[in-house]
Amino acid sequence: MIEFKDVSLVYPNGTQGLKNINLNIKQGEFVVIVGLSGAGKSTLIRSVNRMVTPTGGELLVDNENILPYKNKKLRELRTKVGMIFQNYNLVKRSTVMKNVIAGRLGHTGTLKSVLNLYSNEDKALAYHNLQRVNISEKVHSRADELSGGQQQRVSIARVLTQQPKVILADEPVASLDPPTSHQVMTYLRKVNKEDNITTIVNLHFIDMAMEYADRIIGMRAGEVVFDGPASTVNESTFEEIYGRKIREEDMVGGEDDEGNA
Amino acid sequence: MKGTPSPQQGTFTPNNPPGLRAQQAKWKLTFVFAVVVLVYMFTSWQTNSSLINLWNGLPDVWRMVGELFPPNWGYATETWGRLSETIQMAIIATTVAGILCIPISLMASSNIAPNKWIYNITKQIMNILRTIPDLLLAVIFVGIFGIGAFSGIMALIIFSLGILAKLLAETIEAIDKNPLEAIRASGGNTLQVIVYGVMPQILPQYTSFTLYVFEINVRASLVLGFVGAGGIGQLLQRSISFFQYGRAMMIIIIIFVAVVIIEYISGKIREEIM
Repeated sequence: MIEFKDVSLVYPNGTQGLKNINLNIKQGEFVVIVGLSGAGKSTLIRSVNRMVTPTGGELLVDNENILPYKNKKLRELRTKVGMIFQNYNLVKRSTVMKNVIAGRLGHTGTLKSVLNLYSNEDKALAYHNLQRVNISEKVHSRADELSGGQQQRVSIARVLTQQPKVILADEPVASLDPPTSHQVMTYLRKVNKEDNITTIVNLHFIDMAMEYADRIIGMRAGEVVFDGPASTVNESTFEEIYGRKIREEDMVGGEDDEGNA
Repeated sequence: MKGTPSPQQGTFTPNNPPGLRAQQAKWKLTFVFAVVVLVYMFTSWQTNSSLINLWNGLPDVWRMVGELFPPNWGYATETWGRLSETIQMAIIATTVAGILCIPISLMASSNIAPNKWIYNITKQIMNILRTIPDLLLAVIFVGIFGIGAFSGIMALIIFSLGILAKLLAETIEAIDKNPLEAIRASGGNTLQVIVYGVMPQILPQYTSFTLYVFEINVRASLVLGFVGAGGIGQLLQRSISFFQYGRAMMIIIIIFVAVVIIEYISGKIREEIM
């Protein structure tokens, strides 16, 4: 469903972000990309919804090359490919509900969305998604009243409300403590399995990658240096990917307090 | 400030301790001080004005103050119409400027403007507008539309647009851009990014700036009346030119009270929302 064909990206300042990436990600896969910071994980993920634009190769989503997309086509792509961010990226002064309904923006006409004219189905969908991540009691709270883990759950509800085929998560737990991190990963894993949404997550914690991923892709200096099922991965694989010994800071530790979904 | 020469530095002894500044800095300060004094003396001589004039004019000051009192209390009732006209002018001008400044400030913010051209052109036009004094604007519009409140309103709109657009553009440039990225990433177009990402973030500041500009407009519209642009200022100007100082004093008191009340209310509201 997502296919990288010899994709490269050179930033305007000459930095090579991606080097000849070839990958094929299947519908419903839960892929975790690992690598040190600066390895190109973010660039890779952001290429899929064109928040950055690769400078070479082809990138197919649903068998269509997305690299030439502009304006309307681009917005359609982004409606299909949802994204979760390290800093949650909620509008802090708006209510939880308003943040979640923003997931419908790509599906809603400009005038209707500006005037807040959402159908009951849209509102019901937004509320249902808040229930799925167990935060529906905060529906009318302002986003800045929520803790980090709660905000990330709201951002998962927002991305679900978009009804995407793909979810990209760029370091979704890097700002959270270990128990909350496990909680957020558990929810991501849950919606991946229940809705069969292809999910690509950037992580730098190796124990988390091994615990949640179907498939692990290792990156170093803009290149894919490992690609295989999570079951075949062990610490020495990570030492190869990272190009150094594994340290304590590469582990998130902590117990998954809600159990695996 | 003034530096005085002291013995050669370099060898500081208990008898020759270092000053508070280096010798060179002292000389520099002395020089600057002398230049400033000379500029003052020159300007005073050129404009034929000195403190002596103030002293000589003192009796006239007392005479004027004497004529201002007692205020003509009975005149108060005749000023209400003009006072409300002043406030109405400020309300209309602030509202129009408040609406117009939103698209303009978005175009004048580097993070939202669609391209560099629009950003620079809008910003420069606003910069030029802001350099025109409100009084000059009033004179121009009185020349175009004739004497009356409409000219005053036009002048106030342009005047407050310059202030509001700049304040708001700076606020927009300082907002958290992460939510905008999220809305863009979920397929939102530019207008949706503005309404869902930008507006909620600037709303408190926007309200506060608008109230602040309303205060400025009430005060500015008083002065504008002097050039015939409507409002209570026009009444004040007439009273003074007919030497009806009792009436003038009454108007001044009414203006003072009105401005204090308006500023108090708007200040309280701004405190609440920020």
